[in-house]
Amino acid sequence: MTTTVPTEAAVRPSSPGTASGPRRRPGRIRRIGLPYLLLLPALLLELLVHLVPMVIGMVMSFKELTQFYIRDWTTAPWNGVDNYKISVDFDAPVGEALLHSFLVTVAFTLLSVALCWCIGTAAALYMQDAFRGRGLLRALFLVPYALPVYTAVITWVFMFQHDNGLVNHVLHDQLGITDKPTFWLIGDNSFFALLTVSVWKGWPFAFLIVMAGLQNIPKELYEAASLDGAGMWQQIRRITLPSLRPVNQVLVLVLFLWTFNDFNTPYVLFGKTAPEAADLISVHIYQASFVTWNFGTGSAMSVLLLLFLLVVTGVYLVITSRGRRTADV
Amino acid sequence: MSESTRPLAGSYRSPMAPPRSFLWSRRIFLTLLTGFVLVPVYVMVSSSLKPLADVSGTFRWLPSGLTIRPYIDIWSTVPLARYFVNSLVVAGAATVCSVVIAVFSAYAVSRYDFRGKRVFTVTVLSTQMFPGILFLLPLFLIYVNIGNATGIALFGSRGGLILTYLTFSLPFSIWMLIGYFDSVPRDLDEAALVDGCGPLGALFRVVVPAAVPGIVAVAVYAFMTAWGEVLFASVMTNDTTRTLAVGLQGYSTLNDVYWNQIMAASLVVSVPVVAGFLLLQRYLVAGLTAGAVK
Repeated sequence: MTTTVPTEAAVRPSSPGTASGPRRRPGRIRRIGLPYLLLLPALLLELLVHLVPMVIGMVMSFKELTQFYIRDWTTAPWNGVDNYKISVDFDAPVGEALLHSFLVTVAFTLLSVALCWCIGTAAALYMQDAFRGRGLLRALFLVPYALPVYTAVITWVFMFQHDNGLVNHVLHDQLGITDKPTFWLIGDNSFFALLTVSVWKGWPFAFLIVMAGLQNIPKELYEAASLDGAGMWQQIRRITLPSLRPVNQVLVLVLFLWTFNDFNTPYVLFGKTAPEAADLISVHIYQASFVTWNFGTGSAMSVLLLLFLLVVTGVYLVITSRGRRTADV
Repeated sequence: MSESTRPLAGSYRSPMAPPRSFLWSRRIFLTLLTGFVLVPVYVMVSSSLKPLADVSGTFRWLPSGLTIRPYIDIWSTVPLARYFVNSLVVAGAATVCSVVIAVFSAYAVSRYDFRGKRVFTVTVLSTQMFPGILFLLPLFLIYVNIGNATGIALFGSRGGLILTYLTFSLPFSIWMLIGYFDSVPRDLDEAALVDGCGPLGALFRVVVPAAVPGIVAVAVYAFMTAWGEVLFASVMTNDTTRTLAVGLQGYSTLNDVYWNQIMAASLVVSVPVVAGFLLLQRYLVAGLTAGAVK
């Protein structure tokens, strides 16, 4: 992560060579107030759209907020931690469904992030040196990332159709791998459909970031390794991958959070109710809130999700940062 | 190791001939990957030129006949033009606002030392972690209440959506621009300050021009975020303010699913973004190199 070095120079603009030029000395108040003034619009917007709603969401999670109270949510009765009890009571249907959805999301996220990272890194490494057609290929590889989510996913919906889709046509009609056409968007196979779409859409981001990261590796390292007789595979293993560590630390975290919270892909792929095997947590909570009109429980689930992500992020950062420090020594 | 090849004396890695294993695996890998990436693109393009019979029956790799009919019909099946304008206005405005606000914030963080700086950057970045679903309903209620109290219609209006989307791209934009501004030498704006520019003069005459690639990258990112968002668009818009993300679903809720029209509409919707992205991708890579991944 970027942490900025305190900049004394900018606050105290003085350089000996140009001392004769006109000097402006902004007043003390202005000097102190200016950075805050510059930050004000961003702060206000973040407060309005992210922080205040989040606090309200937390308050809601302690209320019995059903459709009867939605016109004025403040009048909804408090019900303590009942919403949380319902959410984590894994023997009852609501809690059981939430746990199932959570496990599906974890499995999906781990697989998706791993595949996206592997494909993206491999592509970036293979395309590090110039070859004919590299520019074209690079542009092509970025297309899935550049496409608006819904158009990309709609195309996959079409390809996964039972009767008129490409996937069944190839697997069943042309290759004869399956006995009969498969249902991809309902039932257990929907997990793989979702994973495929997610990886197709997500790997170019890893590719892009790793590609940018590669450009920051000093050429001298390769030159030195080359002189020492290291071959290409060795250079990749000993120089490139270790040098990418700081980039990967952020990349994997961002991929994880985006994939875990992804709503657009499953929502466009399956509609309002996802099949059980691909019941990602964000759609699950959406359904719990907006389809069954139980916003209190929905909010409690969101808060639990946020807590989980906070803990995972914290632990991840501690572990990876420690690893990095010892590696540097 | 046995696989290492003999290095050419004093050469950088690229002039050295890569080993065969590298070349072969590269060929296989990149070919497979190209296929994986291209197939959906091919399906989108070819299906958009097929007659309805071709996309309703068994999938055909090649159309039985080419037609541009879907491209004409998409505009009348659903009010696509209106959705298009809505998306353009929303994404355009969100991008401009987001970039301007991000430039101010990043300048403050990059060039000044002040109390709460770390708190600010950490807070802003951590909002990236929030599940959208957590603040969807509260935000919805806030917008409705602001509307009732002040008469400013945020819920159901483009304004509300612009406001929402610009904050979605803001954290990442600020973060990336901080890195980019840090890479612009401080001597430059110091010189501008000495020459009598105010801090804002230094920002707009020196720092911003030097950081154009980063700013373009951030703009591309902000536009794509707003153009592709589904969740908030589906809850916070009505018939007149609907954006493409929701509007495109209109082709499939009818009795017949007009897949050729859906693909044509998807293509029409995608082309501006993809073309823009590919034209500006150099800036994006440069922006990421200097900013985010440093």
